[in-house]
Amino acid sequence: MMKKAEELRQKYLRHEMFPTIFCDGCGIGNVLNYTLWAMDELDMDLDRTVFVSGIGCSSRLPGYIHADALHTTHGRALAFATGVKAARPDLHVIVFTGDGDGSGIGGNHFLHAIRRNIDLTVILINNFTYGMTGGQAAPTTPIGGITTTTPYGNIEHPLDVCAVAQALGASYVARWPVTYPYQPIKSIQQGITKRGFALIEMLSPCPTAYGRHNNLKNLERHWQWYRDHVVLKEEYERIERFGTDTERAALRDKMPIGVFQDIERETFSDQWQALVDRVKL
Amino acid sequence: MTPDRSLIRKALGPKVQFIHGDDACAYGAALAGCTFFAGYPITPATEVAETMAQILPRIGGCYIQMEDEIASMGAIIGASWTGAKAMTSTSGPGFSLMQENLGYAIMTETPCVVVNVQRSGPSTGQPTLGAYGDMMQARWGTHGDHEIIMLCPSSVQEALELTITSFNLAEKFRTPVLLFLDGELGHMRERVVIPEDDEFEIVDRVITSQSPHDYQAFQTNGSLVPPFAPFGTGYRTYVTGLTHNEQGLPRTTSPQIHQHLVQRLVAKIITNQAEIIAYEELYADDCDLAVITYGLTAGACHDAVAEARRRGIRAGMLRLITIWPFADEVVARWASRVRAILVPEMNLGQMVHPIREAVAGRCVVSFLPKIGGELHLPAEITAALETLAITAAR
Repeated sequence: MMKKAEELRQKYLRHEMFPTIFCDGCGIGNVLNYTLWAMDELDMDLDRTVFVSGIGCSSRLPGYIHADALHTTHGRALAFATGVKAARPDLHVIVFTGDGDGSGIGGNHFLHAIRRNIDLTVILINNFTYGMTGGQAAPTTPIGGITTTTPYGNIEHPLDVCAVAQALGASYVARWPVTYPYQPIKSIQQGITKRGFALIEMLSPCPTAYGRHNNLKNLERHWQWYRDHVVLKEEYERIERFGTDTERAALRDKMPIGVFQDIERETFSDQWQALVDRVKL
Repeated sequence: MTPDRSLIRKALGPKVQFIHGDDACAYGAALAGCTFFAGYPITPATEVAETMAQILPRIGGCYIQMEDEIASMGAIIGASWTGAKAMTSTSGPGFSLMQENLGYAIMTETPCVVVNVQRSGPSTGQPTLGAYGDMMQARWGTHGDHEIIMLCPSSVQEALELTITSFNLAEKFRTPVLLFLDGELGHMRERVVIPEDDEFEIVDRVITSQSPHDYQAFQTNGSLVPPFAPFGTGYRTYVTGLTHNEQGLPRTTSPQIHQHLVQRLVAKIITNQAEIIAYEELYADDCDLAVITYGLTAGACHDAVAEARRRGIRAGMLRLITIWPFADEVVARWASRVRAILVPEMNLGQMVHPIREAVAGRCVVSFLPKIGGELHLPAEITAALETLAITAAR
């Protein structure tokens, strides 16, 4: 069903916070749009939803939503969110984080929140760079990527956060570029509904801090880059297994997108409740 | 989530027990109404977490072992925003890791309690031995202008009681409160009497009586402490470590808003310091030499003062229970009455600095440091007093 942007705005946004801090061509606003859309589809109660974020451009998102929110310290969103969820398992907890926040400085919390399968919906917005500080190399910056701290090109291997989450047994793992609106909305819905740790990685353009160094300052070209550099997971796997040499060579610069994992696993809160029932006096 | 009082009693067991300082902190927390603990193992504080892990599931609370001390501090702040009384415990290395989130708790006015069972540093130092080397880190460890509340017990019984006080102060002033022991007190066993519920006060943070429509999360309406609205109750509070206005929204470039906020955070502690500062005095009106002490060292000081008096030296003792905010007026009062003040510390000189500042030249200040994990012997302190009795002229 089509939703009117104005209706979503009225219903969910904290109007005093506008305009946003986001630059022209930034994809973070799209992620907010998709999240609100998904929440609206689920008819979620904002009074029972807590947003948690760390530091960085994407971590500013909770400020724009009219709900309880913790805008925490750099990298620690998952630690704070774990406290909220463990103390009040009945509340929905949605985390907005970035690639630097969530997988760089916050990498350890990422591992352990997934390991204990705390029931969080984590929307990790990956723009390949530290945008708020002006575009430095991130754990996700592609090899060769030009940033202010890799002026001659990045030499480090980028981290695939979805592969890590999948390996750790996250209940739900998906990756979409912001250039595809409907799939992310569906994945965010599935992530919120999922009992357990849900990761939705959103590939999001940062023309100002990353694009300008990488010949992607032009918004149209930048957004087109995202369309050209992703391949649906099913197709990606097909080429990996059965593809021709040409197809495989073409895959080298591309990222798989889609739903990578959707499984059932006991959550921390379920296990805690079972323990409480077992040891009660 | 308020635990059933009878359940707490049942979980703690007999009224009189032979327990150590770490256990006493856990017991005090349970009695104060703590329902959330997040921590990470570290010698010599691990037993606080172990005992909380035993108690909390049985009283309707939640225990979670986090991946590090940064996460532990974050988790208790998150839990506190749901309305839970929350605590973590650690030792020096872990306390170092907590500094950034400790500042976040100060800035966001999040009640919580941090127990630090100190060991020798720097770095890994002497993990199993006691020290008081984190006194200044407690005061100045997190960046930016701030005040902090910190208490130091001198016995296992007092560790239990001051844990309750720590929660009460945290709730009342909406700020993190530090409770500092050392490895010796943490692992030392003493007879402890668990107080009855009518023998101590329990303070809960003030919950707003305004409607969500009128409520502004950091508006104090003349008081210095804003009323609280727990997450999940419809108040839709935005909490940020950025400089924020009374509504809680970031305003990071206004000098006025920053001054207003940070000066209020400082004032809520400084203005109320008479209520926060606790100390114990011995022979205050009949001495011309004084020992100023805190923590476990107070035991040796107590014996040393008694022995000195037997030898004809008119010694007295001031024991600081509240370390921060610093009892500078009390120290100044002592300084104007005595010839000299002896400061024995299990470090190379930390509290002696604010003491000297408060004394401001009114009398001699003599410092008696000891590091390496050994406690001061009463005889060492008596000897130092005897020397002072001769050398310190009025």
